[in-house]
Amino acid sequence: MSLLQSLSQRDRVFDFMAPQASPVDVRHGPILYMEDVTVSFDGFKAINNLNLTINDGELRCIIGPNGAGKTTMMDIITGKTRPNSGSVWFGSRHNLLHMNEPDIASLGIGRKFQKPTVFEALSVFENLELAMAADKRIFPTLTARMTGEIKDRIDEVLETIGLKALRHQPAGILSHGQKQWLEIGMLLMQRPRLLLVDEPVAGMTEQEMERTAELLTGLAGKQSVVVVEHDMGFVRSIARQVTVLHQGSVLAEGTMDQVSNDPKVIEVYLGADDEEAA
Amino acid sequence: MRRFLSLALLCFLLLGATLTAQAQTDTANNSGSDNTGANDSAALELLEALDVESYTAKGEAITAILQSDDERARDWLQALLDGRLQRTEDGRFVLVLENRGRDWPVADVLTGEALGEMSRRDLERIGINNNLRNQLRSAIAVVDLYSPNVERRRTSAERLLGEVDGELVPTLDDLIEQEEDEQVRYRLTQAVAIYRAEAGEMAGVEALDGSLHPRSRVALSRAANSDDPIVANAAAASLAGIEQQLKLNRGLETLYFGLSLGSVLVLAAIGLAITFGVMGVINMAHGELMMLGAYTTWAMQQLLPGQPGLALILSIPAGFMVAALAGVAIERGVIQFLKGRPLETLLATFGISLILQQLVRTVISPLNRTVITPEWMSGSLVVNDALSLTLNRMVVLGFALVVFAGLMLIMRRTRLGLEVRAVTQNRAMARSMGIRATRVDIMTFALGSGVAGLAGVALSQLTNVGPNLGQNYIIDSFMVVVFGGVGNLWGTLVAGLSLGVINQVLEPWAGAVLAKIIVLVFIILFIQKRPRGLFPQKGRAAEG
Amino acid sequence: MSLTTESSTNFWLTRPFSERSTQIFLGVLLAALALVTLLHVAVPPGNPLHVGAYTVNLFGKYLSYALLAVAVDLVWGYLGILSLGHGAFFAIGGYAMGMYLMRQIGDRGTYGHPVLPDFMVFLNWDSLPWFWHGFDMAWFAFAMVLLAPGLLALVFGFLAFRSRVTGVYLSIITQALTFALMLAFFRNEMGFGGNNGLTDFREIVGFDLRSDATRLGLFLATGVALALGYILCRAIVTSKLGRVSVATRDAEARTRFLGYRVERFQLFVFVVSAMLAGLAGALYVPQVGIINPSEFSPIFSIEIVLWVALGGRATLYGAVIGAILVNYAKTIFTGVMPDAWLFALGAMFVLVTVFLPKGVAGLFRYLKRRKREDQTTDPDHQHTSKEASA
Repeated sequence: MSLLQSLSQRDRVFDFMAPQASPVDVRHGPILYMEDVTVSFDGFKAINNLNLTINDGELRCIIGPNGAGKTTMMDIITGKTRPNSGSVWFGSRHNLLHMNEPDIASLGIGRKFQKPTVFEALSVFENLELAMAADKRIFPTLTARMTGEIKDRIDEVLETIGLKALRHQPAGILSHGQKQWLEIGMLLMQRPRLLLVDEPVAGMTEQEMERTAELLTGLAGKQSVVVVEHDMGFVRSIARQVTVLHQGSVLAEGTMDQVSNDPKVIEVYLGADDEEAA
Repeated sequence: MRRFLSLALLCFLLLGATLTAQAQTDTANNSGSDNTGANDSAALELLEALDVESYTAKGEAITAILQSDDERARDWLQALLDGRLQRTEDGRFVLVLENRGRDWPVADVLTGEALGEMSRRDLERIGINNNLRNQLRSAIAVVDLYSPNVERRRTSAERLLGEVDGELVPTLDDLIEQEEDEQVRYRLTQAVAIYRAEAGEMAGVEALDGSLHPRSRVALSRAANSDDPIVANAAAASLAGIEQQLKLNRGLETLYFGLSLGSVLVLAAIGLAITFGVMGVINMAHGELMMLGAYTTWAMQQLLPGQPGLALILSIPAGFMVAALAGVAIERGVIQFLKGRPLETLLATFGISLILQQLVRTVISPLNRTVITPEWMSGSLVVNDALSLTLNRMVVLGFALVVFAGLMLIMRRTRLGLEVRAVTQNRAMARSMGIRATRVDIMTFALGSGVAGLAGVALSQLTNVGPNLGQNYIIDSFMVVVFGGVGNLWGTLVAGLSLGVINQVLEPWAGAVLAKIIVLVFIILFIQKRPRGLFPQKGRAAEG
Repeated sequence: MSLTTESSTNFWLTRPFSERSTQIFLGVLLAALALVTLLHVAVPPGNPLHVGAYTVNLFGKYLSYALLAVAVDLVWGYLGILSLGHGAFFAIGGYAMGMYLMRQIGDRGTYGHPVLPDFMVFLNWDSLPWFWHGFDMAWFAFAMVLLAPGLLALVFGFLAFRSRVTGVYLSIITQALTFALMLAFFRNEMGFGGNNGLTDFREIVGFDLRSDATRLGLFLATGVALALGYILCRAIVTSKLGRVSVATRDAEARTRFLGYRVERFQLFVFVVSAMLAGLAGALYVPQVGIINPSEFSPIFSIEIVLWVALGGRATLYGAVIGAILVNYAKTIFTGVMPDAWLFALGAMFVLVTVFLPKGVAGLFRYLKRRKREDQTTDPDHQHTSKEASA
């Protein structure tokens, strides 16, 4: 990365130097549009000419073997990693490559990490409170008051994720599955337009998985949701559209049935999976 | 000055050519054998003549001694100059060997045989005045040129630079022809050339071209003001050339000092680069481990009195072991309980550093201890008149490079190095592959601490050894590690040496303290731009 | 702790007053101030209960250290930033006050110069350096007490936080910062009195610094400053901003993804903390009568961290307890056996980090919980357990 580029990025850590975000414009098509994106780490192409389109309100599952570039793709969308080339648009107005992480977050892209990260020292209620869409500048945050409206909104989400009874417990004592839900709840508090969910059911019990599937399908329609998942059973249970990534680019796209019958996919992914299983 | 010189020359002229011839034969014949015994009565007479009231008479006596062609004349004159030629109450002449304290060791003036100690009150000095002092000095300088001892001739030729008078020139020219030693000849030629250049002679100016000695420059700048435009121009041109040379030499000197400081920083930081960079452990007691290394050197020299060189060599393994064991004690005793809590580790090791410092203050002394520099490390390597490199710094620089190379070998080529790298990259994985991570931790920490001990041994040759020795280096060494890129030994080397040089380059115009501040501010700003240092570790693992 | 989120709908600055811990803290502090005043003024000298001027002065010094510790706890406990350079902000605040006090000497110095302080006359300076202007006015100097350290923290923090320099790296650079400043202030050319610093003060806003009444006044002022600083810090940590800070401390990247500009929050809290440290320094200087570059020494800064660690980080009141305990111990030790003090200090560092990571305050809370568990049948205690467990 050139020095100049890094300089220009650093400037925007402080948002008074950046243009104010304007609402997402999806009148002219998809909510997320990635074109010819390439990223390489020391010569290794983690993402190679990736093209991906997510429509407003869609629930998309992304699968692919290890190293296919799923996590890197999410890093690009959220601004954590800068691609070497290509373009990424949010709606038809926002070029995500010109924005940093907090800007992108406040624009309405929420991300749930593979490993659940909640604020363990804070209570469940406070975790949701911090996640809430609000004026996140310093002084408004300092003087923020707890209003009935906010409380109602938090209660609503607590209801959705099923953690109402644990509202005052520190998040550190929650079980693994509960932390995953809390994190999804935190994303919901942001009222995101696009939710990126990385392996939501890893390490969950059967019941927890079912509950998570319900949660995610319930969100689709109101929000666009992109789920990266390894667990085929889970993907089958929630997926309408599936994208298969392989070696950093899209291998196949379609419904679960279409994809799982695609010979290329069977070869590189499902086939390998079967062999492992056998 | 001139006047006294002429006085000396007067004596010298009296000596004349006889001495020139005589001295040569003396060198040939008198080696070892004692054929001066017969002259003892004559010698006593000469000395007796010194013990008179009148300084004029004394001057004459000195001249007589010079003329006497006695081999011991130089020693007598030197003793007279130093006030060590004295007379006992019973009238014997003695040489005082050391005039310190109440009782002085004395030797017989004729045989040189030691006569034991005598009370200062029983001795009477043969006094001289400033005129005589100068006469003596010049006389000794010239007398020495006939000495069979090359070293003595060199020193005396050196002393003649800028002190030559016209009347001395022919003698010196003769001497130059007869001189066998290259260096003495060079100095004598230079001395004569300085005289000639000052006198506005072209030959002198030409001979001085390229000479870096300050006296040559003085002579040339006088010649540059000469009435003769040709001489003046030639001198000015020579001067310009010399200035250029001097600038280069000053640059080289700064570079040398910079590299020397840098080598100290590298030595101090490289152990940290291992414990901090590889293990992620912040050891604030690192400086105190260096201090232990330095004190080990001191203790070794106490154990082996009279053999500072041997003690120093033995201190290298000893210092390493002492610091390494202390390091292991710290790791086992404290750091292992604070795994994954870097800030707490920092605080705890800081506490240890306080304890170690205070321990040394209480057990040994709060004052600095003297560590002797062995002979083969003292003195300096003279490159030319404007540049001489001190040997101790050169040895430390070499030592730093050897330690660095050794560490590189250990990290790259040995099983321990492989295991260390494995544990650094993925502890859990390394463990599951049968590497005993705890053992690797201990070994790594011992290695890093041991290197701190080595740094201490080296430092004992450059700075004072005291309880604060380590404290003065801890911030600098952290800066070096951070500047170079954590976990990168090459980075530490480059960062250490370049910080040393930067510091020395800044010093002449900014002053020592300000230079240090500028460097610190520079690093603070540098880290803003490149938080992972000059040579950052790449890849996902470094992102954490 | 302190999670009064839902109940607190009131104004952020007054929110701490509804907290039990703040009420207790303020109560104890005010009682202590009143008691010392009473024992100093009302009890005649000679009576064993009398508190002498020297002791009042000593307590005042402890209180200014306590305020400094609160400032350090704010950034370390709640923001996770271990500053090893807070001594620098303390010292700068102290120097700002020292400059004011120097100017107050007027022509009563040894050399009797109407404007120039003694050391400048001694150095043959003929005019006041530009940065000394204005310090003859109390309002300007007192503003500088807050602004100068605040500005340094702003510039330094801006550079550090925007590059995401955190953790041990930040600790090391803060240490280098205070070290560099110490070297700079040692220089006579800097214009701050070099090695000797600023001393021989005479009066502050017209009161004679050597009189007992002024000393008592300074002690009380420091106590009030500590109370106000404590309330301010408490208000910050109980606000949503405080929760963002804790979130930053525990999961910085996550906080950023929630849309908070973490570096700004860090900068804000850091600057507030630096200003409080400056205030502490300004109250310290007239009480000890001198400010010199040794306050910049890295050892002092790291010692402050020990006070906080010993008292218990992320509690604020723990910082106060720690500062007073350690400094009281220091006074005792250096009086009785000065050589042992550094051993004791070093041992404290090791023991606290290894055995008492939550400090004295953590011990309190542990004991309190134990007691509560013994009485779980008591409905009153069940009622309060919600707050304490969080």
